[in-house]
Amino acid sequence: MADGGSGDISLVLCGQAGQGIQTVETLLSRMAARAGYHIFSTKEYMSRVRGGMNSTQIRLSVRPVTAPVARIDVLVALDPEAVSHLRGRLSTDTLVLMEPRDDNSGKGDSQGIAIEVPLSDMAKELGSKVYANVIAAGLLAGMVKLPSKVVADVVRSAFASKGDEIVQNNLKAVRQGMDLVGTWPKDRVPHVDLAVDPHVAEQILLRGAEAVGLGALAGGCTFVSSYPMSPSTAVLTFMAQHAREFGIVVEQAEDEIAAINMALGGWYAGARSMVTTSGGGFALMTEGLSLAGMIESPLVIHLAQRPGPATGLPTRTEQADLELALYAGHGEFPQIILAPGNLHEAFECTQQAFNLADRYQVPVFVLTDQYLMDTYYNVDRFDIEACKVESHTVTADADYRRYALTDNGVSPRAVPGKGPGLVVVDSDEHDEDGHITEDLDLRVRMVDKRLRKGQALQESIRPPTLIGPEDYRHLVVCWGSTRQIADEALVALGRKDTAILHLSQVHPLHPDIERYLGAAENVILLEGNATGQLGKQIHLSFGMEIERRLLKYNGLAFTVEEVADRVKAMMD
Amino acid sequence: MDAKTYDMGPIDIAWCPGCGNFSIRRILMDALAELEVDPAHLVLVSGIGQAAKLPHYQKGHVFNGLHGRALSPATAIQTTDPSLTVVAVSGDGDMYGEGGNHFIHTIRRNPDITNIVHDNMVYGLTKGQASPTSRRGFKTPVQVGGVILEPFNPLAVAIALDAGFVARGFAGHREHTKELIKQAIQYKGYALVDIFQPCVTFNKLNTAQWFKEHTYMLDESHDPTDRQAAFARAIETDPLPLGVFYVNRDKTPFHQNTGAYDTDERPLSDRQPEASGLRRLMDTFACAPQDA
Repeated sequence: MADGGSGDISLVLCGQAGQGIQTVETLLSRMAARAGYHIFSTKEYMSRVRGGMNSTQIRLSVRPVTAPVARIDVLVALDPEAVSHLRGRLSTDTLVLMEPRDDNSGKGDSQGIAIEVPLSDMAKELGSKVYANVIAAGLLAGMVKLPSKVVADVVRSAFASKGDEIVQNNLKAVRQGMDLVGTWPKDRVPHVDLAVDPHVAEQILLRGAEAVGLGALAGGCTFVSSYPMSPSTAVLTFMAQHAREFGIVVEQAEDEIAAINMALGGWYAGARSMVTTSGGGFALMTEGLSLAGMIESPLVIHLAQRPGPATGLPTRTEQADLELALYAGHGEFPQIILAPGNLHEAFECTQQAFNLADRYQVPVFVLTDQYLMDTYYNVDRFDIEACKVESHTVTADADYRRYALTDNGVSPRAVPGKGPGLVVVDSDEHDEDGHITEDLDLRVRMVDKRLRKGQALQESIRPPTLIGPEDYRHLVVCWGSTRQIADEALVALGRKDTAILHLSQVHPLHPDIERYLGAAENVILLEGNATGQLGKQIHLSFGMEIERRLLKYNGLAFTVEEVADRVKAMMD
Repeated sequence: MDAKTYDMGPIDIAWCPGCGNFSIRRILMDALAELEVDPAHLVLVSGIGQAAKLPHYQKGHVFNGLHGRALSPATAIQTTDPSLTVVAVSGDGDMYGEGGNHFIHTIRRNPDITNIVHDNMVYGLTKGQASPTSRRGFKTPVQVGGVILEPFNPLAVAIALDAGFVARGFAGHREHTKELIKQAIQYKGYALVDIFQPCVTFNKLNTAQWFKEHTYMLDESHDPTDRQAAFARAIETDPLPLGVFYVNRDKTPFHQNTGAYDTDERPLSDRQPEASGLRRLMDTFACAPQDA
């Protein structure tokens, strides 16, 4: 049965796009967080506006939960198809809540306990079928025994802008949902005993896209130019919604080519600029990436991965664009690729991306994915005071030379109009003044200068994070959004001889990685792609071949059980 | 101010002797000098091509970017610091071919920039292929049977999109073209100046003499505030009109429309996030909001 005494329940809502799963998710998450429970939610969805079959998992727990589990304790099937959509994850312990159907469709597929809930009829009695979602939220709130006052407060604030009548109807709806639980036979209701953690009240609840957006704002981003593309659009939307408040410009460009060239113009004139995109969109930006390399412009690229090639699976997740980011630009120039592993790192990496880009005058990637973008949980507030916008620009004197040859390759960067000197940048090979040249000796000096920045930025590489015992025998190596999943899987494994090495920077690789890998008897590579792209980089950098690979590329994120089981199988 | 202000001194110029680019450069320097634009507040943005090298041959800040992409950085530069005078200058292949999509959408966006297009109806740097403005029947090593595509009409497209300032000049008419450029720079919004020029090396059809014989000056009978009349003039093909086709004084430039300058005149480069604002935004994600 649900909970099973673990103080942790997994609720899954499943139905067609347009059936309001998002509403239930938002309401229940806010209710649970306000009540003081730890909450995690993530979703998988089809690339369509209506119909299809989407699901959202919500975990409530007495302790922090930051990863998806395969287990489903309660399934709210908003559509009869839901049961077959999730069949592989249902067990005899799963409680399935579903609409009564004349033809009994769907019902027979559930292996466990099913309770019919006439959500639609109840909603119609309240005046509109739209109330079904709020009734469902009430139902789940009742099941996990959320305080009525918290439930009502959240409903009130969620619908306040729509007028008192709507608020009252929704309050009725949520109440009805909660009351319904009391009418069920006791033995069919899951036993849930979640204790409140007072610390949650001081925390924030947000998703990956918002953490990246907050990081960009804290990083001093003042210009965003992008073209919408799932799953990166949420960052563009976030920035647009806060543009006025922060006095920044957010522009939807006509295409990704314009977007990246605008961002370079922004940096040139002194605006910390960012593009947010996904694989296909980034593919269009690659000439602009190379331009950044040549004119030595800082640039921040948020690249939210989804499965390719080409259009691939537009709304799904994957970690298969590391090599794209690494090898996209023609010619040779240094760059930095960050890959945040959780919401804190999403904020921190994005914030730091702007300082790194400014300091070394290189493109900096923040490599995320659909899973991280769409995943919510409660975390400690981000430390705004610790964020410094470190500007590295200078005033151009009359004899200013944009590409002055320096020891570490970084030439002082000036902005037009901030001094008598002229700022000349050119996509052609250029002299120290920035003017076009075909002096081939100078060409060599300029290539060497640009590459020296790659040495200079070694001092700023984010070190890998070791999670678990230092005297490990088995080491699971992962990067990007899989960090928390691996973390919980390690807890589930309960072994004292196993640790995780997570990389939040995947280029250049930190030299310590070699030592960590060398100390393990058994190294297991965990990646959300088919070819082990990080593994290839590790081989290139340290000559170490990782033979045991745990790869996933069906478009879904790893689950805790999956990682635990597969890692266990690779331990002998 | 004197045109010498922009003089780079003895430099190696990659243009063919007799190229129309020389006169356009001279005209641009004269126009800037008469408007007293300080080179330290002038940004010349270009793409790739022979015309796109112009920014290297006169004093000013330079952003010589990618083929076809001049308008995108130009837009961002002007939006980041509206005190700068931003001129995007390139050839017809760069602006209308490779950069065609940006040409369309930059007009819609209406940044306060001047867009000068050297229009010689041929590709120079790649040695003589057709450009988007090449006339039908124009023979080249690639268009061996002559151009079979309809020529791109930048003025008609610009007027159709309600570009705020649309003009065409001829590199051989120094005074006239200078006045067009001055008006374009002074216009508060996107301003297009398409400039006919001969290519002495690759275009033996549209020569200086040809342009003289196949163009005429718009006179007082043309009302540039009349968009329909402007469009009618823009689709004339022979002779081709020169002058200010269209002006719309009712538009506001992009940087103003973004709202970023409503209450703050500082360029974006001088802005930093306020910790109080970030904290306020973070409060909106609070697990236990203050209204609870």
